[in-house]
Amino acid sequence: MPSHAETFPPVALPPRLELRGITKRFPGCLANDHVDLVLQPGEIHALLGENGAGKSTLVKMIYGVLHPDSGTMLWQGAETTVPDPAGARRLGIGMVFQHFSLFDTLTVTENIALGLDNAGPMDQLAGRIREVSERYGLALDPGRHVFHLSVGERQRVEIVRCLLQDPKLLIMDEPTSVLTPQEAAKLFETLRVLAAEGCTILYISHKLEEIRALCSRATVLRAGKVVGATDPRQETARSLAEMMMGAELSTPERPPQGAAGAARLTVRHLSTTSDNPFATNLKDVNFEVRAGEILGIAGVAGNGQAELMAALSGEALLADTGAVVIEGRSAGHLGPRARRALGLAFVPEERLGRGAVPELSLSENALLSGYARKPLVRGGMVHFARARAYAETIIRGFNVVAHGHRAEARSLSGGNLQKFIIGREILQKPKLLVVGQPTWGVDAGAAAAIHKALIDLARSGAAVLVISQDLDELFVLSDRISVLFHGRLSDSRPTHETTVERIGLLMGGLFGTPPDEDGEITRAV
Amino acid sequence: MSFIRLEPRGQASKTMVYATPLLAVALTLLSGFILFLAMGFDPLKALYSFFVAPVTSVRGLGELVVKATPLVLCAVGLAIGFRANVWNIGAEGQLTLGAITGGGLALAFYGEGGWWLLPLMVIGGAIGGAVWAAVPAYLRLRFNASEILTSLMLNYVALLLLNYLVHGPYRDPDGFAFPESRLFEADAVLPILWSGTRVHLGALFALAAVAGGWLLIARTFIGFQIKVIGLTPAAAGYAGFDQKRIVWLTLLLSGALAGIAGMGEIAGPIGQVTASISPGYGYTAIIVAFLGRLHPVGILLAALLMALSFIGGEAAQIAMGLPKAITGVFQGMLLFFLLASDVLIRYRVRFGVRRAAA
Repeated sequence: MPSHAETFPPVALPPRLELRGITKRFPGCLANDHVDLVLQPGEIHALLGENGAGKSTLVKMIYGVLHPDSGTMLWQGAETTVPDPAGARRLGIGMVFQHFSLFDTLTVTENIALGLDNAGPMDQLAGRIREVSERYGLALDPGRHVFHLSVGERQRVEIVRCLLQDPKLLIMDEPTSVLTPQEAAKLFETLRVLAAEGCTILYISHKLEEIRALCSRATVLRAGKVVGATDPRQETARSLAEMMMGAELSTPERPPQGAAGAARLTVRHLSTTSDNPFATNLKDVNFEVRAGEILGIAGVAGNGQAELMAALSGEALLADTGAVVIEGRSAGHLGPRARRALGLAFVPEERLGRGAVPELSLSENALLSGYARKPLVRGGMVHFARARAYAETIIRGFNVVAHGHRAEARSLSGGNLQKFIIGREILQKPKLLVVGQPTWGVDAGAAAAIHKALIDLARSGAAVLVISQDLDELFVLSDRISVLFHGRLSDSRPTHETTVERIGLLMGGLFGTPPDEDGEITRAV
Repeated sequence: MSFIRLEPRGQASKTMVYATPLLAVALTLLSGFILFLAMGFDPLKALYSFFVAPVTSVRGLGELVVKATPLVLCAVGLAIGFRANVWNIGAEGQLTLGAITGGGLALAFYGEGGWWLLPLMVIGGAIGGAVWAAVPAYLRLRFNASEILTSLMLNYVALLLLNYLVHGPYRDPDGFAFPESRLFEADAVLPILWSGTRVHLGALFALAAVAGGWLLIARTFIGFQIKVIGLTPAAAGYAGFDQKRIVWLTLLLSGALAGIAGMGEIAGPIGQVTASISPGYGYTAIIVAFLGRLHPVGILLAALLMALSFIGGEAAQIAMGLPKAITGVFQGMLLFFLLASDVLIRYRVRFGVRRAAA
């Protein structure tokens, strides 16, 4: 890959990609409305916008997954159409998706060969993989099976697959959402090297600090339209968020923690065994959450979060009844209904399909968990009027944008549905709230509202447990933070006594190692 | 990129969901027209003798109700289970068991009956059907065995059991070794509701099942749990609904209703226990449940329609010498067109290879 960017000033070249007036309409919604976008060679360009602003649609059109209704696309100055992803790859466009498409039981080389249009012999391909991964600092063993790899390594497989095709434009969709801070820093180094060689990178992320650190240009979408372009290095995370929302962002203030109250949830020697070979077993997990405090549990997905959530909610019953104690009562053997009766409320990570039934109305979804602590069922009969009133109360109290209590849960945006679910749980006045990924994929405005609600709940005397991959969120919310890694939980540390870097090291599995601030150790991860 | 593709339509319209059963009926009639034409019959006359002539008399209308009664009883129970993803295919066997237990009681108290015998037979029939349905429920919850297979296989066991009984213990001692029981006494026969027909008290049981089924589905918390489990099992687990309890409940309930249907047959139109008590009501009830959109009122209408196909088939055999298989052909076509139009209201068909760029 010759480095044009070094020898020629970018202005001398036509833009790598130029979009003019791209419009895409879906039934009932204008996803992209005359979008203009210019990507120069060798730049790292951020695409910003709240959920539903039209980022994914735009990127899918560039990669040939969708086709614009109108508008033109110029590739290196020449008008072009991208019929399908294979056509995009022929032009030199590569894309790393948020969700990986790898086969667990195949090796790295085999997986990469499946995704290439001209793979060639396997041993030669392995050599090329080794060469590319060394050149860009993406340590990867071509012969390893994918199920052995960490999430960060799996992402490297996807990136190497793109790089093998000498891309001139690399699109990355939320690449760091599954990485530890150290893994993310490593990724940024790779991206900077690529950009210096002239590759253009289109970078989509919700993490505004990342964009300020990495990108030299940002285009902001709101409701399908370009509402601005800016140099993110000159902005603050707050000003970027406000550009995306078109409104002022209110950040919740975390009050200094008062005297911690009685333990509302105590987990003692919690271990699980599962028949599922891909499940992560919990190993001797111990912690407690006290009245009035928020405990955050950090960790990269797949380290036992799902198992911990199921053990706490009662969806998985425990042989050891004393492993989970709610409000002083042994609850390990109790199902979700009995635990709710003890004062537990619960917000699962999957909001559509677990926290809410997609096809049912909001009033029926209010009943879904509301029956436990609200008088919505009488003598075995559903009190529909009260369920409707409860749904309306949630919608008003938590500013849920929806067409009333009759709206189906699936018609709501992610952020609004999450506000509804959190509202439904909080309005039951729980003594203990367990929340998984409270703002995953939720836009900045809704995230701020959700954070405020959680902090208010803790302030009113409830115990709150937040399990999240988003460290920024945990640092905003938590009084104490623990880290879950390979089914083990670290001791908790008061949030103000620790740093993102230290927690990041724990997320990489360095329990018991004295934290080293410069992050060099992460190479071992 | 095949030549014919199905594209999702997004939201299926509510009107179409209820219009498709009618569309399926219309298409079945049209196909029947063509079929009769191809077979060399006068199609209009054949359709008339199949679908209209049977219900032009009071007796015919009565027969319609008689045949619809077991269909409604079985289908309401099945529909409640289907809504919770519990696929009971064994209504035929549960119906047979209801006939065996209900009929057994009638024979056991032969000659010493009283007003209490019929209620006892209803309860006995319900228990018989429920016990037969409890087997697949237990096997599913204990061994994760598919209730589709176990309930289906038990149908044949029930039929063989009935055969054994009518050849042995139930056989009429004065019946010249014919494989059938004695005719029941008056105390063990369901009263006729409509003189001049064979419409019996069982028809009221069927109406009660429709009303009760609707109440359960639409108004009770159990009905809500059934709905959530059917749509999104993970959400039901999250909410703390006991899925095992719902499997037991739906299977026992549908078994009991099918058992009452079987008891109603032997204590109603048949009046004794014979080797053949059902022309496949338990299987046809599956079609009825889907044709009625798993809704009790829809099931009532669908059962009348399917009952018409039974008596129409018989009438066409007599009037025009059509083969007996014609009933099955019409029932099959109806289910086929219903499922096909269901696909078409959710997807639209696109012909031709997709264009390279839009």
